Amino acid sequence: MNLAVRQVLAVVHKDLMVEMRARDLLNVMLTFAVLSLIIFNLALDLRGPTVQEVGPGLLWLTIAFAAILGMGRTFVREHDRGTLAGLLLAPIDRGTLFVAKLLANLIFLLIMEAVALPMFALLFNLPVLRPSVILITVCGTLGFAILGTTFSAMAAHSRAREALLPLLLLPTTVPILIGAVQATSNAINGAEGGPPWLGLLIAFDVIFFTVSYLLFAFAVEG
Amino acid sequence: MGDSDSVASLAVEALGLAKNYGPQVALDQVELSLGENERLAVLGPNGSGKTTLISVLSTAMRPSAGSLRIMGYDSTDAPNDVRRHIGVVAHRTYLYEELSARENLIFYGRLFGTSDLAVRADMLLDLVDIYARRHDQVGSLSRGMQQRVALARALVHDPAVLLLDEPDTGLDQEHLDLLASLVTGSKIPPRAVILTTHNLERALDLCHRVAVLAQGRLAYQADSASLDRTALLDAYRRLAGAAL
Amino acid sequence: MKRIEKGERRWVDDILGVATLVGMVAALWLVFVYTPVELVQGAVQKVFYIHLASIWNAYLSFFLVFVASILYLRRPSAATDRFARAWAEIGVVFTTITLISGAIWGKPTWGTYWTWDPRLTTTLLLWLIYVVYIMLRGFVDDPERGRRYAAIVGIIGFIDVPIVHMSVRWWRTLHPDPIVARLEGPELPMSMWYTVLFCIVVFTLLAVFLVRQRLQIDELRESLLALRLSPRQ
Repeated sequence: MNLAVRQVLAVVHKDLMVEMRARDLLNVMLTFAVLSLIIFNLALDLRGPTVQEVGPGLLWLTIAFAAILGMGRTFVREHDRGTLAGLLLAPIDRGTLFVAKLLANLIFLLIMEAVALPMFALLFNLPVLRPSVILITVCGTLGFAILGTTFSAMAAHSRAREALLPLLLLPTTVPILIGAVQATSNAINGAEGGPPWLGLLIAFDVIFFTVSYLLFAFAVEG
Repeated sequence: MGDSDSVASLAVEALGLAKNYGPQVALDQVELSLGENERLAVLGPNGSGKTTLISVLSTAMRPSAGSLRIMGYDSTDAPNDVRRHIGVVAHRTYLYEELSARENLIFYGRLFGTSDLAVRADMLLDLVDIYARRHDQVGSLSRGMQQRVALARALVHDPAVLLLDEPDTGLDQEHLDLLASLVTGSKIPPRAVILTTHNLERALDLCHRVAVLAQGRLAYQADSASLDRTALLDAYRRLAGAAL
Repeated sequence: MKRIEKGERRWVDDILGVATLVGMVAALWLVFVYTPVELVQGAVQKVFYIHLASIWNAYLSFFLVFVASILYLRRPSAATDRFARAWAEIGVVFTTITLISGAIWGKPTWGTYWTWDPRLTTTLLLWLIYVVYIMLRGFVDDPERGRRYAAIVGIIGFIDVPIVHMSVRWWRTLHPDPIVARLEGPELPMSMWYTVLFCIVVFTLLAVFLVRQRLQIDELRESLLALRLSPRQ
């Protein structure tokens, strides 16, 4: 096996192991996701046809905010304990490190969604547990994770910490948010026509991935 | 290394190395060369730039000016080749508290592409006297034990150059001897070493050469063997001032 | 040597300042006297000239930030960073003017100060991204790292703009807005075209003048800091 692939696997495996023992990331994200689903429902009094209109938006807001909460912590954890410096002293290409951190973040987010999505289906009575929505969820989450990985590496080094991540991530990921909400909405409501949102979402992912892959070294290095 | 002829005999070669933090100068025109298996101790008071020097030599920090070659590789052109050849012990242990000592070593070994990791990790943990607690999470170990695991971690990929930033912090007398044996290569193969310390005696005992760093400049360099200890002590006191 | 350079710079700035001032007065004359009053919209259409010249400046600024950011990452230098930051500030100022002039124009024309039209939405997000870009350096303790992070945002932000615009536009195709009276290119009388072009040139001059002033303040501040930190004179 190629060294870069082994390095990616090593970092992802390490991140999962650390999280399995520390549990502070997934627990926080999951609780937050479920909590915001409930809060949204209470604040907006969602009954009848409004749910169909507003539901996808709420789902993606929940995912976006839970993602910000979780991804902010992964790098803060590495940074505060000084282990990020140890990682950077290893002969790992910064692009490879980006892929590894992105994968770890993506896995955490998908685990969170594996709970949040059924909860959403249950609380809002919307048919989101179908292959098309799951595919959209993966592609949309990937978009958040890509820019989130780059920006959280930067936020960990700043004084504003978790506050900086949403400031950077929310305006730049607007295309992902729009694409994911529209695609989800179309999939739930069975709407035909209109722009090919899933394809656009994948295109956005590709663009953001390319840029982030190239820029990550500057974000993470000391 | 047969790939480069004249530089290969030098493990570390720094030319005009400088580092500024904004307008503040942390390192200034540092010239340094170290042969393979040669050991250099860098002395200096707090704030003299010792940690910055180790950071720049370990590629953790980019120098503001100058060039650095480690085992013939340029640190700007081939940073990952440089990293492959260095092991670092710094103030932070670089260890994951949730992982055991052994898991930490294996993780870092995998990043370096080291083979026979399980055997090597056990061997090193035995060497630093942690073997009995190798499966305990690092967070549950004492500061001194963590420091020893950090030493083992720095050696996991058998680096040609070892950079140690005040490795004696938190070690008791028994383990200071252990550190000495690891540094001088009596228990493991010898290698080039640069270490920083406050302790002049230790510097003279462990290393072939000593250098004094003051205000970011290498102010004094001499061979330990040919050295008049009292003269050095005088020079050190004079440069470091009341900090000692 | 440095003094000669500074003297020369002052001379260029004097010319630039006077040219901008004269140009501004001329632009006002062109806008309010030379061009005819638009038939449908009336006098409020005059805001169009300022609006268009402002958004031109904003895009020019952010493009220059983008280029300077790439240059900075390739070869870090304090001067490149100062250049990028100065243009970002000017860009935000002119984006603000664009948003405000757009609202002033929009109220009588569309009957509302704000509508979630693709262009407006994109401009607002553009404004937000570059406000964060300017704030970013203040959040990071190590100045070199702060400059590097700003450069990253300067690149991602600019690449993001067309993507944001595209996504918002496609999003809005599903919910079309009430028809917005827009000035279409070919139907514009020639006098209006001359005025628009003249305004763009004058606004660009103004932006260059402001950036140069900003850079001089930066340099003064930095030499002051260096003097303060140096042990002796």
